[in-house]
Amino acid sequence: MRLPLLALLAKEPAHGYELKQALEVTFGSAYPSPNIGQIYVTLGRLEKDGFVRAVDVEQSNRPNKKVYYLTAAGREALEAWVDEPTEGPRVRDEFFMKLVLAPLTGIADRMALVNRQRRHYLSLMRDLDELAERTDPGNRVARLLIEGAMLHLQADLDWLERCQEDLT
Amino acid sequence: MTVTPVIRAVGLVKIYQTGGLPVPAVRGVDLVVEPGEFVAIMGPSGSGKSTFVHMLGGLETRTSGEIWLDGKRADTLSESGWAVLRRQKVGFVFQFFNLVANMTVADNVELPALLGGATPRHARERREYLLAELGLEERAGAAPGQLSGGEQQRVALARALANHPRLLLADEPTGNLDSRNTRDVLKLLGKVHRQGQTIVLVTHDARVASMADRVVSLLDGQIVDDAPIARLQRRPAGTAGDIVELHG
Ligand SMILES: Nc1ncnc2c1ncn2[C@@H]1O[C@H](COP(=O)(O)OP(=O)(O)O)[C@@H](O)[C@H]1O
Ligand SMILES: [Mg+2]
Repeated sequence: MRLPLLALLAKEPAHGYELKQALEVTFGSAYPSPNIGQIYVTLGRLEKDGFVRAVDVEQSNRPNKKVYYLTAAGREALEAWVDEPTEGPRVRDEFFMKLVLAPLTGIADRMALVNRQRRHYLSLMRDLDELAERTDPGNRVARLLIEGAMLHLQADLDWLERCQEDLT
Repeated sequence: MTVTPVIRAVGLVKIYQTGGLPVPAVRGVDLVVEPGEFVAIMGPSGSGKSTFVHMLGGLETRTSGEIWLDGKRADTLSESGWAVLRRQKVGFVFQFFNLVANMTVADNVELPALLGGATPRHARERREYLLAELGLEERAGAAPGQLSGGEQQRVALARALANHPRLLLADEPTGNLDSRNTRDVLKLLGKVHRQGQTIVLVTHDARVASMADRVVSLLDGQIVDDAPIARLQRRPAGTAGDIVELHG
């Protein structure tokens, strides 16, 4: 979460709760909303690394709040992140490990593993469909996230079919 | 009291014999589909999915085994017997549409309803409804040849549903559609299913399959899995996002 927070702070200084809200508004229901504790822990680390600094802002009738802003080093880290190419997904599939290894031990049958996994993927897809239904059609970011998840799931399912053809 | 299944297939076998070696495409399949059920058939290419649903619709003869539709033995019917049964009870969406080329889209969709005995007015209303649901109302006067593949496929679905068939059989009904058109088809399938439509549909599309009550997997002409798609534990609203992180 470090770099998304730096990116939000590059836009304008903010306190922790405002950052949480900004993440929620941007990504909508499609993204797990971070808890405020996580955000403060991350901000604390960023401060220690010299990427952000905090100023106390006095508030009447309330405790001071800390407003964070980006330092020059923070901006550099953010630019480096934006400039470098992003890794594509790799297959690091736990299911595939099960599929290859479990039958060797006699614990499970490959056909049964594949069949169960297929039905599980379809349940996940149904969940994504329901999530899409509940998502504000105007939130393009959230919609694209869900669509991305669906495309990944379709690829997983197609791969599962290949596994079934070749390994069972 | 037991309900009569819409489909009961027993030991269904299809061996193609075209010249050289016999090709066993379907090798002993049993399937029961209850009224109102939505069954998705999945499996690798060449596993016998199309052959199987074509046999269920009487579009391909079986080598051996029995097919019962709505409690009536169907595999022993003549071609014309099948034609009557299909007209009364089965809507079929072919992988390659099979629309009548020299009729308009509207007439293609209305024809099965008219043949099934609907009044012209009912046939027209049903056609207007279905084409509108599929975003095709503007294309009613066009000839099939003037439509894109995706449009023709949706017309084929509208035609299959025109007559409120007892059974909807579909072979990859979203195979040629982009994601937006797929969504229209999904919505319509969901709607008719909720109204009690029995559906058996071949698909590779996880979104389509995930709407089914049950998934049947074919491999080398045999059923290797036949089970319901479980509901995930309901998550509290707003936390479903972790799926996205998992797979995104
Ligand atoms: N008309 C036909 N003549 C001979 N072989 C066929 C014919 N139709 C299908 N097959 C063969 O039967 C098998 C199953 O095909 P099909 O039912 O089309 O599978 P799927 O729809 O799952 O891709 C394949 O090996 C295919 O080559
Ligand atoms: Mg096929």
